[in-house]
Amino acid sequence: MNNVKILTCGDKAISVEFGQEISLDINHQVTALKMLLDKASISGIEEMVPTYCSLMIIYDPLVLNYLTLKDKLVCMLKDLNSVELPEKQVIEIPVAYGGEYGPDLAEVAAAHNMTEEEVIKIHSAPEYPIYMLGFVAGFPYLGGMDKSIATPRKQSPRLKIESGSVGIAGEQTGIYSVESPGGWQIIGRTPLRLYDADREKPVLLSAGQYIKFKPITEDEFKAMVE
Amino acid sequence: MNVKIINGGLMTTVQDMGRTGYQASGMQVSGVMDQYSAAIANALVDNDKYAAVLETTFLGPELEAESDCLVAVAGGSPDILIDGQAADCYRSLVLRKGQKLKFTGMNHGMRSYIAIAGGWEVPPVLGSRSTNLKLKIGGLDGRKLAAGDVLPVGEPSGIAREIIAGTKPARITTMTQQPGDVTDIRVVLGPQDNYFDDEIIKKVFGKSIYTIANESDRMGYRLEGEPIKRRDAKDMITDGIVFGSIQIPPNGQPIVMMADHQTTGGYPKIATVISADLPILAQCTPGMKIRFCITSVAEAQTIYIEYVKKLAARLEEIHHSAVKQSAIKNFNLKINGQLFQVSVEEI
Repeated sequence: MNNVKILTCGDKAISVEFGQEISLDINHQVTALKMLLDKASISGIEEMVPTYCSLMIIYDPLVLNYLTLKDKLVCMLKDLNSVELPEKQVIEIPVAYGGEYGPDLAEVAAAHNMTEEEVIKIHSAPEYPIYMLGFVAGFPYLGGMDKSIATPRKQSPRLKIESGSVGIAGEQTGIYSVESPGGWQIIGRTPLRLYDADREKPVLLSAGQYIKFKPITEDEFKAMVE
Repeated sequence: MNVKIINGGLMTTVQDMGRTGYQASGMQVSGVMDQYSAAIANALVDNDKYAAVLETTFLGPELEAESDCLVAVAGGSPDILIDGQAADCYRSLVLRKGQKLKFTGMNHGMRSYIAIAGGWEVPPVLGSRSTNLKLKIGGLDGRKLAAGDVLPVGEPSGIAREIIAGTKPARITTMTQQPGDVTDIRVVLGPQDNYFDDEIIKKVFGKSIYTIANESDRMGYRLEGEPIKRRDAKDMITDGIVFGSIQIPPNGQPIVMMADHQTTGGYPKIATVISADLPILAQCTPGMKIRFCITSVAEAQTIYIEYVKKLAARLEEIHHSAVKQSAIKNFNLKINGQLFQVSVEEI
């Protein structure tokens, strides 16, 4: 664990950084440490925020001080390799590609001299790992998009992108969990609600899971919304 | 019981201690910006610190009680009127049925907290009543208050009911500390202080005076001043953010992340404001100046423990405070067919 850094985020949080690179190996270490801490249920730890290569641990300094927590973490990091990660969990996300749901599909296809069908085939083939959630509630940061469909963001961002919109920005792909402005190339939309405050589990996805996009028709989309 | 909003003020929202527990899903915590003043307002009406309050911005609202209730205003120093008569902040005030509480200006500070005995009982969303403007949840339909809104109020405590009935004295405290010409804000370096040269950290970040820009809100305070240069243009990979994280974007002008901050971000964070100094920072207005003073994490935690103790002692003091309720009575007098409004105060 030579590359591991324990970073200070003020008097109530600590961040354990496993490297500065987007890779599954590093992201798995973040997940593993979170699992160890969940199991240890150390009193004073209030919340954890996993990201690409770091785990931020928010704690109550009235219960747990910086040095004690740091010592515990250093000890725990030794056990990291023994953690068995949960089995790969793939969540299927139905997507209506193109048309009114994916207004930029034609533009993306044209940019790569492909047909729309080819773009859909390439985009819906992989199982995308969810590295982290952030930006807004339920927004998954995905890895693993085929570089052959990488497309720059739109010249001028849209003021409103519907929630559920599936887009491409550079080499990234993602799903808007909440309606918001944005510059991503929108190629489709899912009828699933990634975020819904009225649901018992308000956010559908979690870091560590995988996403597989399943192309559906406009009619199927409409049927699923109803 | 309900309270009617006659005028929403500039930006008044329902807030409590925040929507914690969902940051791993990307959900912001929100909650009051100045936890210290909110706790004082709640203590003045015998609520616990978790009760929801109204957070005002510069100019607060005008509201009308639908039945007798106990309110208190703390944070900053606003001018308030009850039915047109000047009233005091930092003490519990009985609002009789039909009486109106109106904010007319702010002398110092940025935000006031209006606590009401029983708390503002909007429905909690994911364990909190805090308004999240971005997700449009919490508070009143996830938005700022507007004229015509009606806010439900919870059940006051026994003590609060006695204060309303006049069988117990009102509670009082002194005004909280307000930001001066230049406010020193203590910080702990990290998590990404290694993106900056020591010289820059000590001589620029730790010495310069920064002005709070107009584009500052509950999400973040943008600062203007001597730019903080990064050692190289090396990008960092998005990681976690806390209330108080100081981000340095490419233009070198710091942004302090506040209560509505995003959970993650990709700009290097040179330092983090210590928890005990967040309340005073939250009261700084655009145009005010601040200076960062670097301290250690051990020192920051000692300061925090001291801060919590002092706040607890102050709340205890408020619980034992007593001030005679002002006995102002308003009468409508008709003399020779002309209507006069007369206030009579017991002295």
